[in-house]
Amino acid sequence: MPWFSRNKPKIEQNDEQRIVQTEGVFTKCPECDSTLYNRDLENSMQVCTKCAYHFRIGANLRLELLFDNGKFEELDQEVTSADPLEFVDSKPYKDRIEQAKKSSGLPEAIISGKGEVGGHRVYAGAMDMSFIGGSMGSAVGEKITRLIERAMKTRGAVVIFSASGGARMQEGTLSLMQMAKISAALAQLHEKQLPFISVLTDPTTGGVTASFAMLGDVILAEPKALIGFAGPRVIEQTIRQKLPKGFQRSEFLLEHGMVDKVVDRREMRKTIIRMLDFMMNPEIK
Amino acid sequence: MKKTAFERVQTARHPERPYTLDLINKIFEDFVEIHGDRRFSDDPALISGFAKIGGIEVGVVGQQKGRDINERRHRNFAMTKPEGYRKALRLMYMAEKFKRPIVTVIDTPGAYPGIDAEERGQAEAIAFNLREMASLKVPVVVVVLGEGGSGGALAIGVGDRVLMMENAVYSVITPEGCAAILWKDAGQAPKAAEGLRLTAAELSKFGLVDEVIEESDLWTYNQSDGDNQKVFERLKKSIVTNLKELQGLSVSRLIEGRYEKFRKMGEFQA
Repeated sequence: MPWFSRNKPKIEQNDEQRIVQTEGVFTKCPECDSTLYNRDLENSMQVCTKCAYHFRIGANLRLELLFDNGKFEELDQEVTSADPLEFVDSKPYKDRIEQAKKSSGLPEAIISGKGEVGGHRVYAGAMDMSFIGGSMGSAVGEKITRLIERAMKTRGAVVIFSASGGARMQEGTLSLMQMAKISAALAQLHEKQLPFISVLTDPTTGGVTASFAMLGDVILAEPKALIGFAGPRVIEQTIRQKLPKGFQRSEFLLEHGMVDKVVDRREMRKTIIRMLDFMMNPEIK
Repeated sequence: MKKTAFERVQTARHPERPYTLDLINKIFEDFVEIHGDRRFSDDPALISGFAKIGGIEVGVVGQQKGRDINERRHRNFAMTKPEGYRKALRLMYMAEKFKRPIVTVIDTPGAYPGIDAEERGQAEAIAFNLREMASLKVPVVVVVLGEGGSGGALAIGVGDRVLMMENAVYSVITPEGCAAILWKDAGQAPKAAEGLRLTAAELSKFGLVDEVIEESDLWTYNQSDGDNQKVFERLKKSIVTNLKELQGLSVSRLIEGRYEKFRKMGEFQA
C-alpha cells in the first residue's frame, strides 16, 4: 500500500492540446537563431533585435517607414503588366502576372508614391521581391519614369528602394529597354539639379543594378544585402571557382567605392533626411 | 531564306560573321584606334577610335570578337569589362567635344560576369553609359551587328537611330540562360529564342529598332562575291544616310528626339 494516494483524477491531456500555440507570435532569426517576439520585430522595423539581421520587407512598409508620419499618396496604380510577347514557359506569363497579383497583394513589382520626407517633397518608389522576383518589365519601367518626370515638374526629390532580380525575362528586349528609358529620365533629373537617392536592399542584381540603382547622387545600402551585376551562380559557372566570402555584399561594395554608405534600416529615414537637407537647396530654382 | 529565331542566333554567332574590325576595314576609312579608360586599363573586348565614313568624320566604338582561339581569348569573346565601357564613354565624350557624330557597333554575348568586373563596378559602368549617352550633344547611330547581349550591349546602344542586321539578335538574356532558368534545361534554347522575340524583324515591330539591314544567306567577312559585298554597302549607305539626317537637327531637337524614342519603349496596361 502506498503512503500517498491520488485522490483527484489524472489530468488527461492529449498531445495536440499540449502544444503551445506560437504561430504568428515568434519569428526565428535565420542569422543568429534567436527567437524573436514578433511585436519587438515590428518595432525594430523587421531588424533582428539581437544581431541586426535585416529581414526582407515589402514595398508598402518601405514607403511607410520613409514618409513623414508614414503618409503618402500612391501613384500610377493603374500601370500594370501586359503580355506583349505572349510569352509561355511552364505557364503563360499572363497567368503568372495574375498569380503574382493575388499572392503579393500588389498591382506590380513596384509601388510608387508622393509625400513629404523631413518636410521635403519626395517621390519614392519601392520594389517588392514577392511580385515575380521584383523583376523589371515595361510597367515597372513606366512607373519609375513617370515618378522621375513628376519630380521634375514640381521640383521634388526621387528616392527608390531597389529589390530585384533584374530585368523581367518574360517581356524580353522590352524589359531591357526600360534600363535606357529610366536612365534617360535620370539624365534630365540630373540636369535639373534635383536629387536622386538610390537605396539598395537585399537583393539588387542584373539590369536594375546596371541602370537606375547605380545612378543615385548618393547610393545607400542596407547591411549585408546582395548587390551585383551578374548573379553569384552565373559568375561561378563562368570562372569555375568558388566565390570569396562576403563577395557582392553591401560591405564589399562599400570597400570598393561603389556605395556611399551602409545604413541600418532603423537609421535609414534619418540618413535620407540629412542628405535631402543638403541636396534640396532653395537657391536652385 | 526564312530562318527560325534560333537559326538567327546561330548565324549571329557564326565564326565567319563580320566583326566590328571587318566593318571598319570595309566601310570606314582612315581608322585610328585609341586605347585605355585612363582609370584602370585597356579592354581589348571593345575597340574605339576615329574614322571616316562616306566622308564624315565619326567616333567609332564597338565590341570585338576574335577570329581564332588566341584572339578570342585576347578579346575575351567580346565580353566587355567596366574599363571597356569607360573607354567607350571617353571616346564618346571626345566626339562630343569635337562635334563629331558617333557610330557604335554592338556584338557581344554580354558584359563580362567575373569577380574583377564586379569589383570595378560593372553595373555602374553600364548604368553611367546609359545616362550619359542619353544626353550626348552629337548624333549617335547604333548598329546591332551580331549578338546584342543584354545590358552589355545596351551600354553602347542608346542612340538616335538603331540599325540592326537581319540576322543579328538583341535580347535581355541569352536563349540558353533563359531556358536554364525557366525550364532548368539549356537544351530548350530554341524554344526560348522563339519566345524572347529577339530577331530584328520582331524587334522592329515593337519599335525598338528603326531599320533592318537585309543580309545575304550567309554574310561573311571573307567572301568577295557580289551578294556578300552588297550587304556591307547597304549597311554603309544606311549609316551615312542616317548620319546626314541627324546632322541637320539642332542639339535640342536631337536630344529631345532621343529621349522621346526611348520614352515610348515598353508595353503595359494603364
